[in-house]
Amino acid sequence: MADYTIKVRRFQPESGEGPYWEQFKVELEPSLSVLDALLQTKDREDGSLAVRCSCRAAICGSCGMKINGQSGLGCKTQIGEAQELAEKKMGAVGGSAERAVVVIEPMGNMPVIKDLVTDMESTHWAKIRRVTPWLLPHGAPPEREYIVEPESMLDITQPMACIQCGACVSSCLSMEADPGFIGPAALAKAYRFVGDPRDAETKERLHDLAEDPHGIYDCTHCFACVDACPKDVAPMDQIMRLRRRAGEEGIEDPNSGHDHEIAFVKIIEKKGTLDESLLLQESFAPGIKGKLKPSKRAIKEMLGSIPTAIRGIKTGKMRSLPKLIPGIHHKLPDGAQDDVKAIYKHAEEHNEEFNLYIKGEEDVEPEPDEPTDAILGDEAAAAAESESA
Amino acid sequence: MGGIPTAASDFSPIASALVPTHDVLVIGAGLAGQRAALAAAEQGVSVGIISKVHPVRSHSNAAQGGINAALNPGDSWESHAYDTIKGSDYLGDQDAIEIMTREAPEEILHLEHLGVTFHRNAEGKLGTRAFGGASAARTYYVADITGQAIMHVLYEQLMKYSEQVARYEEWFSTALAIDENGECCGVVTRNVADGSMELFKAKAVILATGGNGQVWKPTTNALICTGDGIAMAYRVGAKLMDMEMIQYHPTTLAGKGFLITEGARGEGAHLLNAKGERFMETYAPNKMELASRDVVSRAEQTEINEGRGFPDGTVALDITVVPKKRVHEALREIVLVGRDFAGVDITREPIHIKPGNHYTMGGVKTDVDGRTDIPGLYSAGETACVSVHGGNRLGANSLLDTLIFGRRSGVDAASRAKRIEGSTPSKKVLEDEDAMIAEINSRAKGSGRRVSEIKLELGTTMDAKVAVFRDEAGIQEALEIVRRLKEETKTAYIDDHGSVFNQDLLGAIELGYMLDNAECTCIAALERKESRGAQYRTDFPERNDEEWLKHIDLEQTDDGPEISYSEVTITGWKPEARTY
Repeated sequence: MADYTIKVRRFQPESGEGPYWEQFKVELEPSLSVLDALLQTKDREDGSLAVRCSCRAAICGSCGMKINGQSGLGCKTQIGEAQELAEKKMGAVGGSAERAVVVIEPMGNMPVIKDLVTDMESTHWAKIRRVTPWLLPHGAPPEREYIVEPESMLDITQPMACIQCGACVSSCLSMEADPGFIGPAALAKAYRFVGDPRDAETKERLHDLAEDPHGIYDCTHCFACVDACPKDVAPMDQIMRLRRRAGEEGIEDPNSGHDHEIAFVKIIEKKGTLDESLLLQESFAPGIKGKLKPSKRAIKEMLGSIPTAIRGIKTGKMRSLPKLIPGIHHKLPDGAQDDVKAIYKHAEEHNEEFNLYIKGEEDVEPEPDEPTDAILGDEAAAAAESESA
Repeated sequence: MGGIPTAASDFSPIASALVPTHDVLVIGAGLAGQRAALAAAEQGVSVGIISKVHPVRSHSNAAQGGINAALNPGDSWESHAYDTIKGSDYLGDQDAIEIMTREAPEEILHLEHLGVTFHRNAEGKLGTRAFGGASAARTYYVADITGQAIMHVLYEQLMKYSEQVARYEEWFSTALAIDENGECCGVVTRNVADGSMELFKAKAVILATGGNGQVWKPTTNALICTGDGIAMAYRVGAKLMDMEMIQYHPTTLAGKGFLITEGARGEGAHLLNAKGERFMETYAPNKMELASRDVVSRAEQTEINEGRGFPDGTVALDITVVPKKRVHEALREIVLVGRDFAGVDITREPIHIKPGNHYTMGGVKTDVDGRTDIPGLYSAGETACVSVHGGNRLGANSLLDTLIFGRRSGVDAASRAKRIEGSTPSKKVLEDEDAMIAEINSRAKGSGRRVSEIKLELGTTMDAKVAVFRDEAGIQEALEIVRRLKEETKTAYIDDHGSVFNQDLLGAIELGYMLDNAECTCIAALERKESRGAQYRTDFPERNDEEWLKHIDLEQTDDGPEISYSEVTITGWKPEARTY
């Protein structure tokens, strides 16, 4: 047992008062959770402390909150770890560790109803409904199941692992700037259908999400949702998958992000390191064709980036001017470029997207004491057999 | 799908100014409730679904391992039925079990067509895993988030059909309304967001509020599993059945009671005592770790009681024998549970586990269409007792139960709604509930015990006295404590007297539900003087078909539950000795 102090951002809507902070002392094992600390406070001290909770095991998604400023689940954050983080933060600003307390606030980007209870309907669920969150197959279903690649089901099981807790929405910086942004949770949900081979409206979904100014190109790639997600859904990765699919569908990316990505990959394949003199032109006007007949948009974007380049030179951010001259970029020594090519070849041969359920590490890390069927139970061995049959 | 609800069709779950009237009202929005609502709506009647938490927070989420169906070539519903009957220790009603196992394959395909991301085999067809008590690998699954995956897909359908199904999310039900003919005609519900009380009118009400796990501490169940529907039905005179049958799951974490899926053993994990012995060899030499849950839980408890467990009162589950790649693909949630809640990497070391409260086999007595003894009142899922689980539920049969009987209840409730006029519930039931809440609010601080204290005493008492092994003295002691707690609850006080999100008040009402559930379990456990399924009486260690191959039914009276009996339906499978 250890003693902790939690500092809770409270709001009692019927009191007529604004939000305020209140500290509570709790006593519990460090391995117990921040939610346990709140429940102990509710049980022993103040039953009016409002917090949604149910499963205590990170599966129901009720207890999204901010702990020491970080969005996550109260039940999945150990109080001991939260205290350590609070002490580290206190140390970083020169305070003494004894004064560090675990700070608990309601989720961000959502109106607060009472204490830690937020209005998820208007901010989270309305956006989930925005992405047409149900399967749209064509025609009557088959007599038996749809036959689909096993990997495709595992692939979309990652967004399926989402428990709709709202932690990603709470942490989303794009949504802070643009409250209309469809957001990480809803877009991850959208990928669950786009990636589903049974869904027949993939193209329509992609156009819809790409053409909405608050859609997939509104994400700034900041990783906050990836950090916040308690289920490793990595919403940003799902948004990037949507962008890639949109690119494959021939949808124009207003940020040229897809072309930019391809430019990166191609330059490194050719030169081993990044030749910045080529990056902009390859991003906006790829290949010889792009340079001979640049599109209006390419010209506009290239001209538009000149002031940025000048600023870069002026402020000293761009220090090596020769680097801007095409063709001057150094080559890799010896046969290193062949090694780079070998990496590309390997990646192309193993063109599978890893996710939560598909791990790549197994090939390189066989367990020395891997069991044989002989020591598995008969039943399990039989099951394994029927599984593979 | 057709049918326009009488409530506002452009429905906003937060505010509803109109007096809500629906043909069919479903209380509870887990798998049983959502399936019932969708099935009723398909019949073209207006449907409302009320849930004290947002539907996706429901406890069906926690079902990890999978859902059973005899769908593989070479498997048969008869085999599934036999396993279920044997698993139930012959207390399950065989007509109901036949229906469930026959209809299972079609339900799995229906879910697959709706979008559930079931695991596929190499050919892209549905793949299965092995589960306890089953003679074939017939468990369909989505990694180890099967319940969550199915429930979120059903919620997708509820969003799709929001014109047909009105959702009342975060509305807490306090009492059923019964008309002068003794038929159920509505429910009183409190809008959690603003504390307003509403009397809903309906031609049929389906209770699907889950089980009562919170009566025990620890439990694998969520905080919301407080036996609400069971108690509400009991209070208006519906019969409860098999309330003594409470499942202890063999693999739960000590302390917090979190669940480690049976899928782990299905994938080949071993149970070991402190000496490193695979002790199931002694108790179930054929099925080993995959014997029925009651059998495995008793084996573990015996090892622990006889000093072969670890000092923390546990035995070990060794998942390291399962190939790592398979663990990541199929048991990922358990990797997280081990890491986050026990500090153990299950791919590298065994994890300490023990039997823990898990499932309510008993509940509101229903027929195979979800009908209770009260016309217009239905029940499905863990709240109900059809009974398909009898004395012991097989793993991966609970999801199936919720879906099959959820659907059948929804269809039958809709047909009743089309058939009858319906009556308007009396305002008195609403006034009574207002008075009940005012009385709780009127108790001054310090007037009695805190509600949370009483809950804790109830939970620890039930876990000590009415658990894996029981005897008369222990159950009697528990019953006396439960009755004292019932008295103390009358003066127990709360801190919050507000309207908005008053969880303190809801907790006090839930405590009342829990105590009714506990009292019924104690009475039934005392009454059944034999050992069958989850009820193991050390003072009556044998199964006694002669006297006890029957259900214990309970009905509320002023003096507590009144006992009666009903026959177990046997269609073809005669009771025989149960070995694994």
